[in-house]
Amino acid sequence: MLALVAQAKPFVPASDDVVLERLPEMGDPALAELKRMRAALTANPRDLAAAVPVVRRALDAARALGDPRFLGQAQSALEPWWQGDDAPPVAMLLRATLKQSAHDFAGSLRDLDRLLAAHPQMAQARLTRATVLTVLGRYDDARGDCAALAGSVAPLVVIGCEAAPASLSGDARPAYDALTQTLAYSGADAAVREWALTLAAEIAARRNDSHAAEGHFRAALALDPRDPYLKAAYADFLLDRDRPRDVLPLVRDGTRNDMLLLRLALAEQRLPDSRDAFVAHRAELAARFDAARQRGDSMHRREEARFRLATGNDPSEALALARANWAVQREPADLRILVEAAQSARDAASLALAHDWMRRHHLEDAVLTAALGEAR
Amino acid sequence: MKRVVLLMACALLAAPAFGHKASDAYLTIERDGRALHGQWDIALRDLDNALGLDTNGDGQITWGEVRTREADIASYALARLAVSSGGERCELTPSAWLIDSHTDGAYAVMKLDGACAQAGPTLAIDYRLFEGLDPQHRGLLNFVEYGESRSVVFSADAPHRVVGGDSSGPLAQFATYLNEGVWHIWTGFDHILFLLSLLLPAVLVRHARAWRSADSFRAAFVDVAKVVTAFTLAHSITLTLAALSIVVLPSRLVESGIALSVVLAALNNLFPVVADGRWIAAFGFGLLHGFGFAGALHDLGLPTGSLALSLAGFNLGVETGQLAIVMLFLPFAFALRSTWAYRRMVVAGGSAAIATVAAAWFVERAFDVGVFSALAAR
Repeated sequence: MLALVAQAKPFVPASDDVVLERLPEMGDPALAELKRMRAALTANPRDLAAAVPVVRRALDAARALGDPRFLGQAQSALEPWWQGDDAPPVAMLLRATLKQSAHDFAGSLRDLDRLLAAHPQMAQARLTRATVLTVLGRYDDARGDCAALAGSVAPLVVIGCEAAPASLSGDARPAYDALTQTLAYSGADAAVREWALTLAAEIAARRNDSHAAEGHFRAALALDPRDPYLKAAYADFLLDRDRPRDVLPLVRDGTRNDMLLLRLALAEQRLPDSRDAFVAHRAELAARFDAARQRGDSMHRREEARFRLATGNDPSEALALARANWAVQREPADLRILVEAAQSARDAASLALAHDWMRRHHLEDAVLTAALGEAR
Repeated sequence: MKRVVLLMACALLAAPAFGHKASDAYLTIERDGRALHGQWDIALRDLDNALGLDTNGDGQITWGEVRTREADIASYALARLAVSSGGERCELTPSAWLIDSHTDGAYAVMKLDGACAQAGPTLAIDYRLFEGLDPQHRGLLNFVEYGESRSVVFSADAPHRVVGGDSSGPLAQFATYLNEGVWHIWTGFDHILFLLSLLLPAVLVRHARAWRSADSFRAAFVDVAKVVTAFTLAHSITLTLAALSIVVLPSRLVESGIALSVVLAALNNLFPVVADGRWIAAFGFGLLHGFGFAGALHDLGLPTGSLALSLAGFNLGVETGQLAIVMLFLPFAFALRSTWAYRRMVVAGGSAAIATVAAAWFVERAFDVGVFSALAAR
């Protein structure tokens, strides 16, 4: 097959009026503003005061739309400060955030370590480092950073920061209790509350408290009904509880996002009346993963492993992806796909590795425990 | 737990899995001898980002808005793609415009036709589309030759790639690079003039501050052999080191150094400082000439699959071309060595002329001014 993955044959549009593309800023004043700010920045690219809001807005857009082109724009705005150890702290922090978004965790940590060595009071850098360390499975280090935040940020942020690594290393119950109590009694802005509620929902789901998890997910959705991360997490919860039909309305309007399209396809696969939609979405996902692979992207490995395992007939392919993914990031979802692929491919080594990880970190995860119990 | 709260602004995903795609463009280049055919698919969103396609600002891009900007798109894109063969740039021009849809939206499809001045063994491609606008942009090249296709990914970190030359079989490839090596020394006048400057006095012997004829052909031959061997050894070492990127020198330094070496070698014939030890000079300056050969080889491009073989072929070609020059020169010079014409006109006059030409090269290369072009323009 050629490198070109075209969906159709190239064509000449019938007339000048044919609309070929809708730009993301259409009907979105914030993105139109971002476009203007970027244009202004090109006149004076070394103006840090002008670059910082461009990077922030571009990061926001990348998150909200799940569109990595905005990450390219953010990196472009940071270009004068992309290399070197002497970048101004704010540029260094944004650089670390971008590297983390591109799954360059080592690069991100390097920048954050340097930043925090020079500015130990920089709360955002500490919070970001705690998150990276949690993704890497370095829970003690992450908890150390969270503890150091106390007093300099809102209590809910400190407790949430701590709850993430704590819930994955044997303290799920106290972490959850502290988080829900702080949510009940401590004020914070909507974005922080939504983040904390999502976290509470995920911990509750891992502890198999479906009722509580459902409540937290719904409360979080009420605060931000468009957050793609939240929608994906809730969709996974629904799929695990065998409620595929509830997934459809949740993700149907977010299919430009691979994560959400994957959840939609996985739900449709289980619904006999959605057979045609499933076939179409499976083809679309395969094309997207192919396109990502061609450009050398490795950010999609977890999702692709899940896709291959659910829709393909070659579990060894899914296992290879899951193992490569696990080498980079160690969240419960990463362990989960590793275990599922290993069970399909009958790979004892990966299963032993998962077992060992769960025992060593005292990871509480009902689905993983059940899956590994079956495997024994 | 996949995110971080940006206290200053908003919640932010820490390790997001994204939909859409980052920016890619799809380039196909088919090569048949000197002729090139191609196709370049570039996302309309990216073109809008670079050139502002949305003329009426309604957030939509229509075929009319693309069609009226075809010339701008072509000149923008083609200014950021350099395809060259044998060190010379190949021309590429758009022949047709279409639209295609990829997973992340509509793309402008620019069909390309082109030709290279010569059909070198490889094609060197320098890809810099959206440089400075999107560091995450990738150029996905599909290169087709001899019915085989090969994929290459260009990025901001790797904008320069060499393709082709590895699908024709090892023997044919060796021969190609051998041939290129021979031609490089025959057409590289600075190397020839350097070698000649060192060889001109080889049929003479310096004695009591004056030149005398060498007594035997054998003596002259040994002298020539020493110079040529030293030169060969030296430039083989640096050619290899530079071709494998172990040692890299700036080309301006190398090229002006080579010009200077020619000046010094020629002046030494007029005002001899080194007589018997010319092989030492040949070795010392030969190191510099090796870097020059490496520059030429870089322009040709080394196929990644069989680097050693091509490098050996090229080096052997250089030696062969050089030996051929020596074989022509030596009998001629030996026969004429006692004549006034050889000593005055060939050695003295020739060396003066060589020194003058090389001095002009030196000025041109070191200070980046056009001595010869300035003269030609008068």
